[in-house]
Amino acid sequence: MSTAAMSTELFNQTIAQLADELASGKITSVELTQAVIARTQAVDERVKAFNSFDAADALAQAAASDARRTAGQALGPLDGIPIGIKDVIAVTGQPLTASSKMLANFVSPYDATVTQKLKKAGAVIWGRLNLDEFAMGSSTENSAFHTTRNPYNLDCVPGGSSGGSAAALAAGEAIATLGSDTGGSIRQPAALCNVVGLKPTYGLVSRFGLIAFASSLDQIGPFNRTVEDAAITLQAIAGYDENDSTSVKVEIPDYRAALKEKKGPWRIGIPKEYFGEGLDPEVAAAVEKAIEFYKSLGCEIKPVSLPHTEYGVGVYYIIATAECSSNLSRYDGIRYGHRSADAKDIVDLYYKSRAEGFGPEVKRRIILGTYVLSSGYYDAYYLRAQKVRTLIRQDFLNAYNEVDAIITPTTPTPAFKRGAKADPLAMYLCDVYTIGVNLAGLPGISVPCGFSSSGLPIGMQLIGQPFKEADLLAIAHAYDSKHDWSRKTPNL
Amino acid sequence: MAANEDLNIDRIANLARLALTPEEKVKFSAQLADVLTNIEKLKQVNVDGVEPTAHAFPIYNVWADDVAKPGLSVEDVLRNAPAQRDNMIVVPKVVE
Repeated sequence: MSTAAMSTELFNQTIAQLADELASGKITSVELTQAVIARTQAVDERVKAFNSFDAADALAQAAASDARRTAGQALGPLDGIPIGIKDVIAVTGQPLTASSKMLANFVSPYDATVTQKLKKAGAVIWGRLNLDEFAMGSSTENSAFHTTRNPYNLDCVPGGSSGGSAAALAAGEAIATLGSDTGGSIRQPAALCNVVGLKPTYGLVSRFGLIAFASSLDQIGPFNRTVEDAAITLQAIAGYDENDSTSVKVEIPDYRAALKEKKGPWRIGIPKEYFGEGLDPEVAAAVEKAIEFYKSLGCEIKPVSLPHTEYGVGVYYIIATAECSSNLSRYDGIRYGHRSADAKDIVDLYYKSRAEGFGPEVKRRIILGTYVLSSGYYDAYYLRAQKVRTLIRQDFLNAYNEVDAIITPTTPTPAFKRGAKADPLAMYLCDVYTIGVNLAGLPGISVPCGFSSSGLPIGMQLIGQPFKEADLLAIAHAYDSKHDWSRKTPNL
Repeated sequence: MAANEDLNIDRIANLARLALTPEEKVKFSAQLADVLTNIEKLKQVNVDGVEPTAHAFPIYNVWADDVAKPGLSVEDVLRNAPAQRDNMIVVPKVVE
């Protein structure tokens, strides 16, 4: 365990700590929010995590939180806590750009359900965080506006697509953030930036107000400094929503209480397919050390097999691009978004508005998705991918007959240098360990578990059973509460 | 099938209503051929008798009660429109 001093700055504290300090009157939300704003103003020129922020709006929310508290009407642990939002989740009256020229001037007329829920919990909605355009990418280099940097090494990427959400939290520019995860877009940047990132079970958190990329895979989730904070944040955003037809009616337990109540020992599966070729030795060593820790808690460590793992990336890039080509057909230059100024007729308007509004990766995926859905290719690609998806899901369900959770590295390597993966296929292969979880609809969490010799963060992934976030969080907390990796802060 | 040779980029770009430059056509064709070659691996998998998964969990048609609820105002909806006049979105002439 590290002996490095932990930061005592307000902007680096956890929700759990700050909630106590707010409750006891030691600090106010306005003071906390001012500290976060000042930190953002001091470091974001280098980190570039934000697309925009509205300090006056955040301070007004903070003042309202303090007034509630003074009146004895505080709302719970998130009341007064500044939470950053990925710029793909709608907040009334704020920009909603998806880091795309297509939506550069769009202002959201409504709140996403998760935004509504955070507001009801009293959170201070803070800033619009950068991402790969329309959440398509693994490095945040595909943003149409700017590339976010990894706070642990500004020459490296923060991961993606929720790179702004991970980097902002790591840099102390928010107390928690929300992201979205379609193939690893929460867990991968969390691992690369030394924060906790949770992708909930598909259907647990409403997608209403999330800009759609691949609807059968997309899920909103939190970035936090500890697993306990993840439990607190998930509590606020989980639950059935009639505005999302894929929202599932399940009882929402008390996630934070479960951290204490569920003590194990657990049966933890190690899939050999996730520890093979391409895995960086330092990442492997850090994850193996975490496995040893679970063993020391009395957990039963069992080998499991997920034999269809090698097909995950192929299945993902068929299904995700097919769904994206359909979802992004709405950007036609008519009702909202970019409209080309030099179109000669209505069809030309579609062609040119889309050509001018979308960046290269989005175009590439629309083309691939259109191709795999086109007449004559549907059975060979899309239908076959959906069948292999069934087998991938079955692999996980078979493993869960024998184990409670599965542990893997979150990523094959620590953060890579900006510009290092110019070839799209090389970039797609970054998601090899995270994609299966989305295809199978499972919950997955990335927890910091070490640093490479060059000082870059390493994350492990714990994969749980459908809708058993309480168990998954308890298993992750058992490790996280006894290690301080996730409480380290970068030198900025 | 030999996907790599079949990828008619003009046909696909037309289906996607996406204008591509000559440079983009060359670049995307090559990159997509790479990705498709990787995807060809799926043909090794025996999927006889396997049901396709559209969603990770069985989701059935969801019906909402037919009750009127407040929606966005016309002003809110049109605020993001590229061109508008008299509470309507302006588009190029469609019918001659």
